[in-house]
Amino acid sequence: MTDIIADTSKSRSELAIIIAGVARDPLGLIGLIIVGSIVFSAIFASWIVPYDPIAMNIPDRMQGPSGTHLLGTDQLGRDTFSRVIAGGQVALKVALPAIFGAMTIGLTLGMIAGYGPKWLDNFLMLLFDTIRSFPTVMFALAVVALVGTSLQTVVFVVMATSIPTYGRVARTQTLTLRNSEFILAERAMGASMARILGVHMLPNIIGVLAVLAAMDIPTVIALEAGLSFLGLGVKPPTPSWGVLLKDGYALIRQTPWLVVGGGLPIILATLGFTFLGEILRDVVDPKLRKNR
Amino acid sequence: MIQFAFKRFALAALILVVAVTVMFLMIRAVPGDPVSIMLGPRATPELKARLIAEMGLDQSLPKQLFIYFSGLLRGDLGVDVFSGRDVTTIVFEQLPHTLKLIFSAILWSALLGIGLGCYAAAHPNTWIDRAAAAISVSFIAAPAFVVALLSLLVFAVYLQWFPAIGVGEGFWDTAWHLVLPSLAIGLSWVGYIARLVRASMLEVLGENHIRTARAFGLSERRIVGIYALRIAILPVVTVIGVGMGFLLSSAVFTEIVFARPGLGKLVIDSITSRNYPIVMGAVLVSTALFVISTAVADLINAILDPRARSGT
Amino acid sequence: MTETLLEIDNLSVDYETARGDLKALRDISFDVNRGEIVGIVGESGCGKSTLISAILRLIAPNTRFRNGAIRFKGDDLLTRTEEQMRALRGGDISIVFQDPMQTHNPVITIGKQMVDIQHRVKISKAEKLATAARMLGVVGIPDPEARLKQYPHEFSGGMRQRIAIAMALMSEPDLLIADEPTTALDATLEVQIIERLKDLQRDFGCAILFISHHLGVIAELCDRVVVMYAGAVVESGTVREIFHNPKHPYTRRLIECDPGHIKTRARVLPTIPGEVPDLANLPEGCIFRERCDQAMARCAQVPPLTRLSEGHNAACWLNHAEEIA
Repeated sequence: MTDIIADTSKSRSELAIIIAGVARDPLGLIGLIIVGSIVFSAIFASWIVPYDPIAMNIPDRMQGPSGTHLLGTDQLGRDTFSRVIAGGQVALKVALPAIFGAMTIGLTLGMIAGYGPKWLDNFLMLLFDTIRSFPTVMFALAVVALVGTSLQTVVFVVMATSIPTYGRVARTQTLTLRNSEFILAERAMGASMARILGVHMLPNIIGVLAVLAAMDIPTVIALEAGLSFLGLGVKPPTPSWGVLLKDGYALIRQTPWLVVGGGLPIILATLGFTFLGEILRDVVDPKLRKNR
Repeated sequence: MIQFAFKRFALAALILVVAVTVMFLMIRAVPGDPVSIMLGPRATPELKARLIAEMGLDQSLPKQLFIYFSGLLRGDLGVDVFSGRDVTTIVFEQLPHTLKLIFSAILWSALLGIGLGCYAAAHPNTWIDRAAAAISVSFIAAPAFVVALLSLLVFAVYLQWFPAIGVGEGFWDTAWHLVLPSLAIGLSWVGYIARLVRASMLEVLGENHIRTARAFGLSERRIVGIYALRIAILPVVTVIGVGMGFLLSSAVFTEIVFARPGLGKLVIDSITSRNYPIVMGAVLVSTALFVISTAVADLINAILDPRARSGT
Repeated sequence: MTETLLEIDNLSVDYETARGDLKALRDISFDVNRGEIVGIVGESGCGKSTLISAILRLIAPNTRFRNGAIRFKGDDLLTRTEEQMRALRGGDISIVFQDPMQTHNPVITIGKQMVDIQHRVKISKAEKLATAARMLGVVGIPDPEARLKQYPHEFSGGMRQRIAIAMALMSEPDLLIADEPTTALDATLEVQIIERLKDLQRDFGCAILFISHHLGVIAELCDRVVVMYAGAVVESGTVREIFHNPKHPYTRRLIECDPGHIKTRARVLPTIPGEVPDLANLPEGCIFRERCDQAMARCAQVPPLTRLSEGHNAACWLNHAEEIA
């Protein structure tokens, strides 16, 4: 009873320590700043954007960067800067639910594999290995070919392909914890399986998975942008960094700023989340460094 | 060795069978009926019925799976809905272009990455080591298709040093056309491999047999470049093998950006024209490519590492 | 006839560490003559390994030579460049390391490794292979030609150590350093290797610097012994003198504690009480004072290594008793 309370307060102060640890490293600080600004601009996008990101303004079309249009306009006269900001929102809208979903399902399956009967473990492991053997983009293309393009499709594909990664790590952690002293003590006292898994194992596994998730976000953002670039992801006129690249690519000689405007945020976001993830990993669990 | 190879490829075959089954079931499980999607809104009931019969979709699921697998065993990936040509032929026409791209990318990035990694490990904590580490992390973070687009913009459109589209003819022209696409795919690998080599090299250089090599007066170049590298390179081989899926993904985007023929362009074009059998065939071949490449990586490791061969 | 080959002269070596300098070797002095087998004995951590890495300069980056000289054939090695040192390694001086399981490169055949270490010899590869096979035969590896094609993991530990000895002797060195070559092997193999080493020393005529913490092996093999304790030489002399007439309490305790020398069945194996002093923070006076049962007031000063008789030196005030009076 008391240990639950102790657990939450512990994890809260731990979080503060972890953030402080990340910020102490220069790379981690850069990562925090980049990720912070992306999240901030995504949340407050509607206040930041100088123009409506989907409002066409044909007379102002294909203008280069200037004081009125920081990053110029596209073939329909839409303000690129506004679309870049709004695109960040779309990127996170895809990445966060997809990763959260994959993490939740992966965690559940992984814990079941680690705690459940041997045959179930073997079956789940074979399934994970198999899913990991599909080239992600090819798999995404196959699904898109079948069910058509939509934001949900992208989320589904990302989830399906990253579940095994989380599942495997959760399983390993569960197996390690399963035989640790405090879990054995709980079992001896007759605690239910749900209580053991939910109350005692979960808090210990989730930290490692969170690091994985941070490292996974850039991959997902790039995949969303990539599919949108191919015209198989987010549908126009919704602004996505990938859609910006697609528009810019079609008119690369006339509106090159679209390519830069769509490309740089992707690289920046990837850089930010990678730095953050790397340093987070070192702070949270130095052991992981060698295993991956 | 032969026994090892046999075992490894049997395992690859098993994974492939399960993978095909899972893919088959998943695709059947997702909502939507492939025939309606393929034919679009103009589908007449007769046309639909004919296509369903042609593709065997009216059969039971296990039967469909059986038909699919027996086709695969004969190298039959189905028939192109529009041209009536063999999907196998179409896919294998495009495959060499993609392979050329992937191998050129992994070749230059592995050579550069290994070189950088060795140098960094031989001179740890110097400014070159730190610079290489910073560049590595930044390179890893660069998605291939963004690099492809930006390099297209800078080097092909503005500077016009390299051709923007196509694959070229003859050796030199082909190589010239490969530069930017393989730069885009390889860039993140340079950083990745450099980091990997640096880490495993530092570990190997601390081992006792390296001290022995030094005690016999072998040159530092020989020690790092041959005695240590032979061991430090093993994880690189594995990573490249497992990374084939990632390489294929990068190749899809890069082929589109540089308008190069290949598997990626084939799949995208087929999705646009709703040519479902070709999409399936290409995805299948690329999955096979991936599974085989991991097996080949294990085999190369077994050749490079006699301990792996005898299973000790 | 007794020409000095290696002369360690007042050698002091430190390791620079975060908590200050670790005084690994302090004023070490001893000689090795041509064709002689000298044993160095002491507990682990007494500086034996530092000493041999210092001779070949196979040192960690934080090693600092503070004082003294290492003269090989009269030439101070400490003044040599790295390139000149490299010319010496595996040439005039070669070494056999402790752990035979990890001493060879695991992914290169024994033959290739044995050919590679002949990099200074200007003969064809086939001739080098023939030399390698001949040397394997000399150390008693059966069917050497075929075994050259094999990898280290295909040999047993004893075989690997014999291969290491073959490699070390291949250049016909003047000095062979053997760093606890038998410690990792079981007793029967140990005897075989020691016998083999003795024969080879006679055939090749090289001097051997033999490091061990096993007194029995030293007594069996060596002409002279250097006893080290906590980075300093406490006693040196001929095997006969050291074993029958030890002049330092540490040497005496070491002999008492050697399982080979315990003749009656002891209920409790004798040990030396106390711990080796912290080399970063050395106590004043004699380094063995804390653990010595004969310590006296005078031991607050460091005793010098003094010549007691021809070829017998010890650093203990007990040998200066008459002077006190």
